[in-house]
Amino acid sequence: MKDRRGIAIGLVAVVAVAAAAPMLSAYPLTLLTQAAIVAVLAMSLDVLLGYTGLPSLGHAAYFGVAAYAVGILATDHQRGFLVCLLAGLVLATLTAAVFGLLAIRATGTYFLMITLALGMVVWGLAFRWVSMTKGDNGIAGVPRPELGLPWSMGAPLPFFYVVLAAALLAWALLGLLVRSPFGLTLQGIRESESRMRALGYNVWLHKYLAFVLSGAFAGFAGVFWAYYNGFVSPVDVQLVTSVETLLMVALGGPGTLAGPALGAALIVFLKNFVSVYTKRWLLILGAVYIGVILFAPRGVLGAFRRDR
Amino acid sequence: MRMRTRMLAVLLLAAFVTPLLAPAAPAAQGAPIKIGFLAPLTGPFAQVGKDMVNGTELFLDEIKREVAGRKIELIVEDTEGQPATALNKSRKLVEQDKVHVLTGGLLANVGYALQPFIDGAQIPATYPVIAADDITQRKPARWIVRTGWATSQPMHPFADWVLKNTKYKKITTIGMDYAFGYETVGGFQRVFEEGGGQIVQKIWTPLNTNDFAPFLSQIRRDSDAVLALFVGRLALQFMKQYQEAGLHDKLPLLGGGTTTDESVLPQMGDEALGTLTALHYSQAIDSPANQKFARAFEARAGKIASYYSEATYTNMRWITEAIKAVGGKVEDRAALLAALRRVDIKDTARGPLSVDAHGNPVQTIYIRKVERVGGKLQNTVVATYPAVSQFWKYKAEDYLKQPLYARDYPPCKYCQ
Repeated sequence: MKDRRGIAIGLVAVVAVAAAAPMLSAYPLTLLTQAAIVAVLAMSLDVLLGYTGLPSLGHAAYFGVAAYAVGILATDHQRGFLVCLLAGLVLATLTAAVFGLLAIRATGTYFLMITLALGMVVWGLAFRWVSMTKGDNGIAGVPRPELGLPWSMGAPLPFFYVVLAAALLAWALLGLLVRSPFGLTLQGIRESESRMRALGYNVWLHKYLAFVLSGAFAGFAGVFWAYYNGFVSPVDVQLVTSVETLLMVALGGPGTLAGPALGAALIVFLKNFVSVYTKRWLLILGAVYIGVILFAPRGVLGAFRRDR
Repeated sequence: MRMRTRMLAVLLLAAFVTPLLAPAAPAAQGAPIKIGFLAPLTGPFAQVGKDMVNGTELFLDEIKREVAGRKIELIVEDTEGQPATALNKSRKLVEQDKVHVLTGGLLANVGYALQPFIDGAQIPATYPVIAADDITQRKPARWIVRTGWATSQPMHPFADWVLKNTKYKKITTIGMDYAFGYETVGGFQRVFEEGGGQIVQKIWTPLNTNDFAPFLSQIRRDSDAVLALFVGRLALQFMKQYQEAGLHDKLPLLGGGTTTDESVLPQMGDEALGTLTALHYSQAIDSPANQKFARAFEARAGKIASYYSEATYTNMRWITEAIKAVGGKVEDRAALLAALRRVDIKDTARGPLSVDAHGNPVQTIYIRKVERVGGKLQNTVVATYPAVSQFWKYKAEDYLKQPLYARDYPPCKYCQ
């Protein structure tokens, strides 16, 4: 019941934004587009952090792998949207599948450390495998995709609608995932791993699958990120990106899906609007984090939810 | 309590939605000329970013923020030194603020990231500091004019000078492991080896190196000199450790311009003495234009001018010259771009400046030696190469057929 109300509010908000979009000028539109993409990344991490209780510090890796796949395929090989999308998803999923084998054995701080290390491996590759990734200079000139629609994706508005649709799709799929018996098992594991094991669940496999799926959705976001910026560089896979994603989830409310999406949007707008008015915007960002932790420890959206 | 938390959350939300509705600035003739300026004002490059802003503001104050009868409005945005942020801020400057010229930027990856956007938006732009060779070589941008330099531009004449004025025939290079390092070392290597010299060893150090000892012990002691390329903190540390390893008196040190740039030089000691470098600027250039600039900058910023501040100072002069040339009609973007590409100034702080067909300055390159004058270290100019093009003495077409200087290009023929 409560869930349904939350979803309804979320949908109304999205429809309102979509309806208002044609009246916005280009710059706010591009920011909304960015917010929608980063929201998918934050939601994907929420599956791990909020639902399974696994704080990953390497989430930029899957995001970045997919972005690089698109960057390389769309520029050097001039592949279309579908090939790029599939390649991005498959590569991100594979990366998560390999990293998951190494990371899932650890928990708590050790899980943080090992995902951090694995994330740095991808960063190192992006930086040093110059023949493939163009290293530090990055891959520039990724063209906006041709989707066979009558509107050019080069314009901000059509591209925004496509990204918004993609983000809604991701939200719906992730929502189904966390409400499925599989998702409930994940929440059980978050609450008590030993009890779930005693009940006969294959805890390792559940965690592993959650890890891989989460990586796949991060890759989904990465695909659109490459198209959005038209540029991919090691910055996209670096630690700061991972940490920022973690903060988005914490700010919005872990274990709520819509919360991290909201957190992502808040941070995108905070970074881009507050910095216009003051160079001290990092201070304000810090104050917001502290404020949220003090007054709404379960995140902005968590504050709206009743205690169980 | 619960209500208060919710109120807080709602307020927070509202605070972010309101700016969305701010209308884009109208553009009108007679209104101020808007110049958008990008610099890293937070993060590890904030100090350099400050120098860049100071140089820009200094020039604008000198002309009373007015050119061709129109006021100039400067809008500064922080890139954090990150390509994605720089892109966002450029969109904001161009689409929201409706700037007439976009300028600034520090790092190569920001330069490459902005290029498609600038060409797509067809906004006249200049790069005062970003030096990545290909921006005016193999991937030239129609709407970008470089008012600074190309990375390998000073290194070609430097190699020429070393060949003619020293006895160094075998040189070991050590540099930061990224594109800026490759292009610096590559430019030197090409001219040096074509002139009969030998690069006998190339060492690349990771950007996050904390200890140079393992690299310094690898340096071949039978080389005649060492060419080093470092930036910022790493330059300081390399110099110190080079002396501690006892190499300062054994193997003379050469370097790319940033290794002894004035943004780090004041924090160095005797270990820097005697280092030979090449750049398109030195704070010690003995010309009236430079003395005037250097004094004014020091008075304003409280520290000596570096090439970063000179770059943005001269960049702003370049832009205003172009605006004068079009009679203040900056709304005609194509005309303004053409004017930016035609600029020819005889008396900038760094000497005469003109532009080549690819949008890169043709300018004087200074061979500099670190000396102590009046108790302070400075880059004394020991030789000048006037009117140096980014293609050195090669034909542009031939030059562009060569690949970009990279980690293993030119290949190290004399390495063992």
